[in-house]
Amino acid sequence: MLLLECPYCGVKAEETELSPGYEAHLKRYGPGSTDEEFEAYMFARKNPKGVHFERWRHTYGCGKWFLAARCTATLEVFGTYPAQVGEPPAEIIEKIKARRPDWKGYK
Amino acid sequence: MSTRLAKGGRLIDRSAALDFTFNGKRMKGFAGDTLGAALLANDQMLVGRSFKYHRPRGIVAAGPEEPNALVNLGSGARLEPNQRVTITELFDGLEATSQNHWPSLEFDVGVVNNYAARFLPAGFYYKTFIHPRPFWKHVFEPVIRQSAGLGKAPKDRDADRYEQAYAFCDLLVVGGGIAGLQAALVAGRAGARVLLLEQAAHWGGRAPVDGDVIDGKPAGEWVDEAVAALEGMENVTLRARCMAAGVYDHGYVLADEKVADHTPGDGRPKHRLWRIRAGKILTATGAIERPLSFAGNDIPGVMLAASVRDYVVNWAVSPGDRTVVVTNNDDGYRTAIALREAGLAVPAIVDARSAPAGALVEKARALGLRIEAGRGIAKVKGGKRVTSVAICLQAGEGAVIDEIACDAVAMSGGWSPVVHLWSHCGGKLTWDRVQACFRPDPGRAPLNHDGGAMVYAAGASNGEMTAAAALADATEQAGAVLAALGMKPKRAKAPVAEAVAEGPMEAVWIMPQGASVELKSKMWLDYQNDVKVSDVQLAAREGYESVEHTKRYTTLGMATDQGKLSNINGLAVLAGALNADIPQVGTTTFRPPYVPVTLGALAGEARGEIFQPLRRTPMHDWHERNGAYFEPVGLWRRPYCFPRAGETHEQAVHREVVNTRERLGLLDASTLGKIIVKGPDAGRFLDMLYTGVMSTLPVGKCRYGLMCNEQGFLSDDGVVARIDEETWLCHTTSGGADRIHAWMEDWLQCEWWDWQVFTANVTEQYAQVAVVGPNARKVLEKLGGMDVSKEALPFMTWADGTLGGFPCRVYRISFSGELSYEIAVPASHGAAFWEALHAAGAEFGAMPYGTEALHIMRAEKGFIMIGDETDGTVIPQDLNLDWAISKKKADYLGKRGQARNFLASADRWKLVGFETLDGSVIPDGSYVVAPGVNANGQGNTQGRVTSTYYSPTLKKGIAMGLLLRGPSRMGEVVEFNTVTGGTVKARVVDPVFYDKDGEKQNV
Amino acid sequence: MSEPKSALGGAVSEGFVTIREIGPVGMITLRAKPDAAGLAKAVKAAAGTGLPEVRRIVTEGDRACGWMSPDEYLLVLPYAAVGGALEAVGKAMAGSHHLAVDVSDARAVFRVEGAKAEQVLAKLSPVDFGALATGELRRTRAAQVAAAFWKDGDGFTVVCFRSVARYVFDLLATGAKPGSELG
Ligand SMILES: [Zn+2]
Repeated sequence: MLLLECPYCGVKAEETELSPGYEAHLKRYGPGSTDEEFEAYMFARKNPKGVHFERWRHTYGCGKWFLAARCTATLEVFGTYPAQVGEPPAEIIEKIKARRPDWKGYK
Repeated sequence: MSTRLAKGGRLIDRSAALDFTFNGKRMKGFAGDTLGAALLANDQMLVGRSFKYHRPRGIVAAGPEEPNALVNLGSGARLEPNQRVTITELFDGLEATSQNHWPSLEFDVGVVNNYAARFLPAGFYYKTFIHPRPFWKHVFEPVIRQSAGLGKAPKDRDADRYEQAYAFCDLLVVGGGIAGLQAALVAGRAGARVLLLEQAAHWGGRAPVDGDVIDGKPAGEWVDEAVAALEGMENVTLRARCMAAGVYDHGYVLADEKVADHTPGDGRPKHRLWRIRAGKILTATGAIERPLSFAGNDIPGVMLAASVRDYVVNWAVSPGDRTVVVTNNDDGYRTAIALREAGLAVPAIVDARSAPAGALVEKARALGLRIEAGRGIAKVKGGKRVTSVAICLQAGEGAVIDEIACDAVAMSGGWSPVVHLWSHCGGKLTWDRVQACFRPDPGRAPLNHDGGAMVYAAGASNGEMTAAAALADATEQAGAVLAALGMKPKRAKAPVAEAVAEGPMEAVWIMPQGASVELKSKMWLDYQNDVKVSDVQLAAREGYESVEHTKRYTTLGMATDQGKLSNINGLAVLAGALNADIPQVGTTTFRPPYVPVTLGALAGEARGEIFQPLRRTPMHDWHERNGAYFEPVGLWRRPYCFPRAGETHEQAVHREVVNTRERLGLLDASTLGKIIVKGPDAGRFLDMLYTGVMSTLPVGKCRYGLMCNEQGFLSDDGVVARIDEETWLCHTTSGGADRIHAWMEDWLQCEWWDWQVFTANVTEQYAQVAVVGPNARKVLEKLGGMDVSKEALPFMTWADGTLGGFPCRVYRISFSGELSYEIAVPASHGAAFWEALHAAGAEFGAMPYGTEALHIMRAEKGFIMIGDETDGTVIPQDLNLDWAISKKKADYLGKRGQARNFLASADRWKLVGFETLDGSVIPDGSYVVAPGVNANGQGNTQGRVTSTYYSPTLKKGIAMGLLLRGPSRMGEVVEFNTVTGGTVKARVVDPVFYDKDGEKQNV
Repeated sequence: MSEPKSALGGAVSEGFVTIREIGPVGMITLRAKPDAAGLAKAVKAAAGTGLPEVRRIVTEGDRACGWMSPDEYLLVLPYAAVGGALEAVGKAMAGSHHLAVDVSDARAVFRVEGAKAEQVLAKLSPVDFGALATGELRRTRAAQVAAAFWKDGDGFTVVCFRSVARYVFDLLATGAKPGSELG
């Protein structure tokens, strides 16, 4: 069972205190978007074996959404950070590159 | 025969005799006995029948690896099937019965399977019970179910209680043998928070039995001192009787503590399931001895050599008067020596190795024991008990050289490290050719959240089999763990165990090496599932090359012992049959639990009243006192109806509907979700959330709103009230409050985080009562305190004030079509307010009504219900709710989704009303049939019913449903299928059945 | 008008620790960013305390202010003082984006008292009590529902939603049954 540190309140929360929110850093496509854009936004998910960025909510704690970078194969956690960002923080990107030299980047 | 020795027994207290029964027979044991030891002390070697062939089976082991000796413990509300006698502590009054036999243990009819054994080979079930198909359900399965299965499931409610608890530590040490104790000492002295678990009731593991000497003292003394030292450390917690069942991600470990198994009924929890989160895990779980595969190795009296030693040394129990030891390693000699030192006869040590040498061999020789080198057992003779063994050359085909009379056989095929916990979370193994075992590969440990090693292994579980090596390894591994934790070991003299010069073992997978098929079909690999050497070889011949497939085909290792004894032997036989290397064949996957955990422990405290949280409104007690029949709504319990004496639920519901429509009904609506949304951007935010416009709602007014998900499908609905310039109150469905609040926060935190909006879920702050019916205003006026007239409080408005002295907020909204007020009061006044309404309303015919009356009244009005008219595939347009969807807004959640062509199509199933031609009620779940059949040959459909009731108001069946292009088909007659196979005709009508113009609610 | 009634009417259970329902207790949810103008003044006026650090609760007599999230505070005060406190908050934070609501009736509050109080909570919550700081307000779950607690005097104050008051009380009472001490 995963253990993720909430970047807001610092609690090392176990999975049962959290709610999953699936893939992070999605760009919303609303009215005016093409069918392809909307389909990609709504349904197409990376689901990689390896480095992945996810949304988690500290439901039983501070109630805040945060983002986590982890490896879906080894469950190594590279870091957690607040959700109010457009892309992963540089230090997390650096850490992942150091740990996974073959990583192709989050996009 | 097996018996209690006159002296000795390091774990028993001869001054504390205990009475127990086995199959009703009264027996005696001592405090400190396991049930297994006590049974052997009473000459009860035969304890069960095997699963498939019903062969007589005896105790084989002395620990959790025991495959045979499973019994029913207790009776009635304390009956527990499949309990291992070898890990069951004896207590006074214990009742045990054997299982898997009929009619009796001594005489079992199922044993005919044994004589039919050649007709029940590997894969027998797969091959035989396939055709003809209907036979499976009606013939094969019932018969197999009757004869298969271990133990019986208890029928009574468990009389015991169980609980769970969380624990946290820097280092979890699993195993309280010398390696685990030493590792805990090193980590404890360094200041780490250490939790040390031992599955048995006593500490020290094998070392005290094996006669090891540590720091010049007998191992037992060193163990006592180590335990005392650990108990003196505040940062160390010791838990005996606590079995680590499984290792999971990020240092999570489940452990089953047998708190009161041995003191039943003393009021303590029987088991406690620990949910442990450890920084690092160190397994010091020891090793398990392997059986040898020779013909008749399952006859009662054939036991593991070290277990025989355990019985002699720990419990002063002799498994037999004359024990032949058969071994491929030096450790077996320890058993011969222990038996001899206890004054028992060891007619021979049969050693498969041609030239055994080493200190223990020499000691045995010096004791005058007969050593048969290069020999094996051709066959064990006996039925319900060993009578003799036939000796042969290990290198030969089984020609008998000699026959030795004996009543027990102690076998040792070498040792396998207990690598289960290491492997649960992905730890890899490496093959040790010298010791012929898999051991943890330290370079491929299971990983933790930081990418570093999560599990370490020490001692025998790490392949370090001697006391000296195990202690040294424990010191080293504990140091490695501390370094990984960023801690330093304190300087302390590491304990040293005296080294015993042991000669090398020699792998023996089949005895004798060239055994005939006949012999091999009597060599058991898996005692519990009755899998033999010949079965695995047959599987290999039939093409099963993967060990995982062979396991499933033969059922090897799939019983409740999970192959603790059989796995390595089985895969070695498979490797031999495939002409492959053992590491090439690999192991099957190790999965938790290490030893089965009782369901009670997994459920913990969650049973009875606290099985699940039950949400109660402030009026719940009143409802209970007044005979409410409850229904679950999410976790809430809401009154479905309030039946009076002699009334059916249906009659009660109909009375409640009629009374509300004609006089006055009171509904506990407290469960309705209430979320405050406030801020400069709150209006803009709500316009995105709802399909309609909320920003323009004037202060003091209410508006009905719909919420959709991004796909466009309806997710919730409710009335929104504008509280002040910056504040709105959003009502949600009863089940939807938490979900919708989370939905709001998701968008505010993750998408529009620069918008100035705060939300608060105030659902439980208020008790809410719907006061409904023509007399609604009268009762409120009688309570008095605020103006509730049509002029002061028109339909779809709200006002704050007091009623009967209660502070309240009154909403003029209606879900029934009647004159209706929904009144919110602080929850701590809810019960009193509810009672005040009943008291004041008595003269106006007030009655409480429940959710079913609510549902009927809303259906009569054609109001939709989330979850009835919607199922996650319905958009508001399907329900003709276009009036609640803004055409002007550029965006709202769901707008883009609803624009997808298949949702915008004219060929949608849309909401209409239905009236049966005969006045009957359309069955719930019915579909509207259409001509023809689909590609699967099923009848086509063109719609379905979503709400269907008998209307007490209209005195006929009414329904709402979705129908292909429904609104354009008014007046058409369609057919619904029924449960009995026929159809019922119904006319398509307007879904508003009652007061179409809404005059009643607007008075 | 009736007297306000707590969810369980002050239920008590004696085990190896004592479980008492207390209340009604006044509680206000105050949502505001930590840098919102007037926040410190509002908290001082309503709870008599300064602003708590992350995950802390500061107590002043029968009042307290707890950190609930980066933009949420819990004000604890006598039930009868809520109206006045809301007014004071509104005044102090006029023109500053915030939300203050009375949640006194939405909650149930328990005291878990005795030397082994934390053992009872350790059966319900995945919380490392060895790492729980003094004055820490921990939001977590108690078995299957949300809960928050902090150490106070010779025990803990536990807060949950009112609708599950009975469930949480029964959980606590079950966990405190004599003979089930954890050590
Ligand atoms: Zn948090």
